[in-house]
Amino acid sequence: MRITQGCFSFLPDLTDEQISKQVEYCLSRGWAIGVEYTDDPHPRNTFWEMFGNPMFDLKDPKGVMIELDACRKQFPDHYIRFNAFDSTRGFETVTMSFIVNRPKVEPTLRMERMEVDGRSVRYTHYTVR
Amino acid sequence: MQADAPKTINLHAEYEASGAKEVLDELDNELIGLAPVKERIRETAALLLVDRARKTLGLAHQTPTLHMSFTGNPGTGKTTVALKMAGLLHRLGYVRKGHLVSVTRDDLVGQYIGHTAPKTKEVLKKAMGGVLFIDEAYYLYRPDNERDYGQEAIEILLQIMENNRDDLVVILAGYADRMDLFFQSNPGFRSRIAHHIEFPNYTSSELHHIASHMLTDQHYTLTEGAKAALAEYIELRRNQPHFANARSIRNALDRARLRQANRLFTEGGIIDAATLSTIEESDIRASRVFRGGLDSERKGDSE
Repeated sequence: MRITQGCFSFLPDLTDEQISKQVEYCLSRGWAIGVEYTDDPHPRNTFWEMFGNPMFDLKDPKGVMIELDACRKQFPDHYIRFNAFDSTRGFETVTMSFIVNRPKVEPTLRMERMEVDGRSVRYTHYTVR
Repeated sequence: MQADAPKTINLHAEYEASGAKEVLDELDNELIGLAPVKERIRETAALLLVDRARKTLGLAHQTPTLHMSFTGNPGTGKTTVALKMAGLLHRLGYVRKGHLVSVTRDDLVGQYIGHTAPKTKEVLKKAMGGVLFIDEAYYLYRPDNERDYGQEAIEILLQIMENNRDDLVVILAGYADRMDLFFQSNPGFRSRIAHHIEFPNYTSSELHHIASHMLTDQHYTLTEGAKAALAEYIELRRNQPHFANARSIRNALDRARLRQANRLFTEGGIIDAATLSTIEESDIRASRVFRGGLDSERKGDSE
């Protein structure tokens, strides 16, 4: 199941060239890029593992792409995303986030229904590999 | 428009359009002396321009190796020229962003095992698309300590210099004799650096010229007596230890301004703009250089 989240989730996967251009845009706005990876794409899993430190003060997307290549080499079968952090006072938050790598075989999200407190129905999702 | 390669190219028009001319003119006007350096930069610019023209016309070309080494004594303008070089390479399209990241050993080499590689890589990532200027590069290699982490930084640097030739240009700078030693013990660097540019020492008249340039920029003027004193000062200062060419002159002028301010303050009374911007002979004559340098060093000489 193709799992999507963040920016460009309605588009097909970005090519490296397209990723590079998006990074170029982020850097032109003065945002810092952080690389994160995970093997669990569950929507409730918001905190992914950081791959190295977020990269501040970069001028050219090549630096970020080198980091992405290193991350892909180490975790070829993980989800990898870029977070663009805006340090402007008053924002100080991630302003853009998009997936740049996904495993060849993706896990599936299943929905589970259960009855609690008499006839009340509760739903939850879980990942199946 | 057709995608065909053009048949002819006007080198001079190209030269003007790229903005390289402005950078070279700036170099000529702002930097005094340094004739061999200017010559080498002009040659490099010509090579790059011709190379670019070849590319436009569809002739065989390969990205030239642009890594450089600047050798020369302190205060001969290495950093300033590196900054201009970054601008030049950017105008000619050989680096994408044209910023200069200036680092020393401390920025590249870590303090414990496993600290160096991330540190060096972080600096390299910042320098991507621009010029990495490594000042006093020979400190990276410490032959007396075989477990020194500098070696690790050197290996990463060499790898990036080879693989990312399109992405960044590395300029190594330092004193000539120690750089020679550095290159001898790291043959990898020597072969990867195509341009070795030597910065000569300034002559006394060039230093005098530089001094008046600096003063004009700061809206100060010298009296006739002060000019003579300054010329004498330069002659004396050259032969004293720790002479750093233009940097020594800048420091000397800063101290002269200090003395001038102090003199005006002590005199008190009503002053005008001309008085505020005039440096007198006494402001320069008060320097320790006229008495044979720093007290501590004079003692050292007599021993």
